[in-house]
Amino acid sequence: MGLADVFFYLFSALTVGSGLMVISARNPVHAVMFLILAFINAAGLFILLGAEFLAMLLVIVYVGAVAVLFLFVVMMLDIDFAELRAGYMKYFPLGALIGFVVLGELVALFGAWNVEKGHRAIPAVPIPDPAKLPNTEAIGRVLYTDYVFYFEAVGIILLTAMIGAIVLTWRQRDVAKRQNVAEQVARTPAMSVEVRKVETGKGI
Amino acid sequence: MPDFFWTTIWPWIIWTPVLTTIQSLAILVPLLVMIAYIIYADRKIWAAVQLRRGPNVVGPWGLLQSFADMAKFLFKEPIIPSGSNKILFLLAPLITAFVTIAVWAVVPVGAGWPADENSSWVVANLNVGILYVLAISSLEVYGIIIGGWASNSKYPFLSALRSAGQMISYEVSIGFVIVTVLLCVGSLNLTDIVLAQRTGLANWLGIPWLTVLNWFWLPLFPMFIVFFISALAETNRPPFDLPEAESELVAGFMVEYSSSLYMLFMLGEYLAVTFMCAMTTILFLGGWLPPVDVWFLNWIPGVVWFVLKVWGVFFMFAMVKAFVPRYRYDQLMRLGWKIFLPLSLTAVVAVASVLHFFDLAP
Repeated sequence: MGLADVFFYLFSALTVGSGLMVISARNPVHAVMFLILAFINAAGLFILLGAEFLAMLLVIVYVGAVAVLFLFVVMMLDIDFAELRAGYMKYFPLGALIGFVVLGELVALFGAWNVEKGHRAIPAVPIPDPAKLPNTEAIGRVLYTDYVFYFEAVGIILLTAMIGAIVLTWRQRDVAKRQNVAEQVARTPAMSVEVRKVETGKGI
Repeated sequence: MPDFFWTTIWPWIIWTPVLTTIQSLAILVPLLVMIAYIIYADRKIWAAVQLRRGPNVVGPWGLLQSFADMAKFLFKEPIIPSGSNKILFLLAPLITAFVTIAVWAVVPVGAGWPADENSSWVVANLNVGILYVLAISSLEVYGIIIGGWASNSKYPFLSALRSAGQMISYEVSIGFVIVTVLLCVGSLNLTDIVLAQRTGLANWLGIPWLTVLNWFWLPLFPMFIVFFISALAETNRPPFDLPEAESELVAGFMVEYSSSLYMLFMLGEYLAVTFMCAMTTILFLGGWLPPVDVWFLNWIPGVVWFVLKVWGVFFMFAMVKAFVPRYRYDQLMRLGWKIFLPLSLTAVVAVASVLHFFDLAP
């Protein structure tokens, strides 16, 4: 057993373990922390596969942005988790059923997958030698040539989602006080301060 | 069995970890000593601007002040609030310190030795160096959020929320500024970024000895300024130190922390500041390259130039702290999202267009 195998079992055990903790932790903040641990270990698995670009992207996008938002929401919302857990047993049989169906399908699929030893799946695009071409460049070369339309379509879908979220949450309220920065910057002493001579014992 | 020892155990279990540990210590020990003097310099510069003396009692000219402070932090009693979430409360400063130290693994500090032109002094020479930097520094925000939340107190929590918003906002513009540099380099490796600055505008202008013009600060000038200001915001330095604005939030997310836990936060903060100075040096100021191509300057080791440049950038950080009054939170968000984001996005398109249409792309 080489060193890579040791790390594979370490990372995958930690991923599965923290995945279980995500759904079983009592405190929602702890659950998000375990989710982050799962993401980081999954990034470790990507590095073992030689996909360092994907590993870094996983950390940047999921740990650096998505999980921060999760944490934000979980910390801000005052959710009564005892109440949420009250319905746990009611939904458990349905959840377990769906879980078993998915598990059964996966077992059927991978059990029947007969791969000849030493044979590899045929990729749609030839995989370049990682020693010659860093995988950032390799991904860039296919993403911006063969798959450029899909890539742009994804961009447009994300933009639509972003605009949709802004439109749904935007409401103009008259009571809200807003800063007009241009007005503030343009303010001069002559517009805002008046110097008066005040005689002793008299007001203005 | 001896074969197995020499092919697997010796290189992977013994030699590599030992070598990596030695390399890590070689960068960490000088770094931590430098942090002690960076803190001292910060206080001295701030004091000089305000016509005060600053720390001047411990050691000659107060040079040992930071070490005295460290001893004080270590020997004080750590107080953990009874209402806090103990595990996360203790974890937060550890995350901050760990992350800010880990990011130094990819920083190339000097030219390759012996005299190998295309290598550098660096612990881990990653192909995806810049992505590693972005990934690890995006974890920095966790130390603050968790610290603020686990304290179970109002000011730290408000500070954590502010800080999360601020750091995520400015990561966006920092990312785009880095993209403009990467477009000019054609590699994500930090060593390659420095090496790409050996030739450039000075050669094009016909004055190749003035290598200071080769560095990216000149061709990408507006982005250099955007990066500098974003770096201030990203590291919560004044004038963007809203997470710890003492007039509003006492001391922000650190209110409940004391003794060595507080010291870890402090250490992490200054390590992050120094790292941002190092990134400015690598991306825009030519890393370890000498500013003028003269024989006696080329003879000085690259690491000396690197440290000098980091100190130079830190001097600007310290001066900004002394000069500029604190921003309001809405002004900070406006600057990040309405000014820097469109500006840096336009710069990415402009730089890419210039490189493409004038056929300059590497």
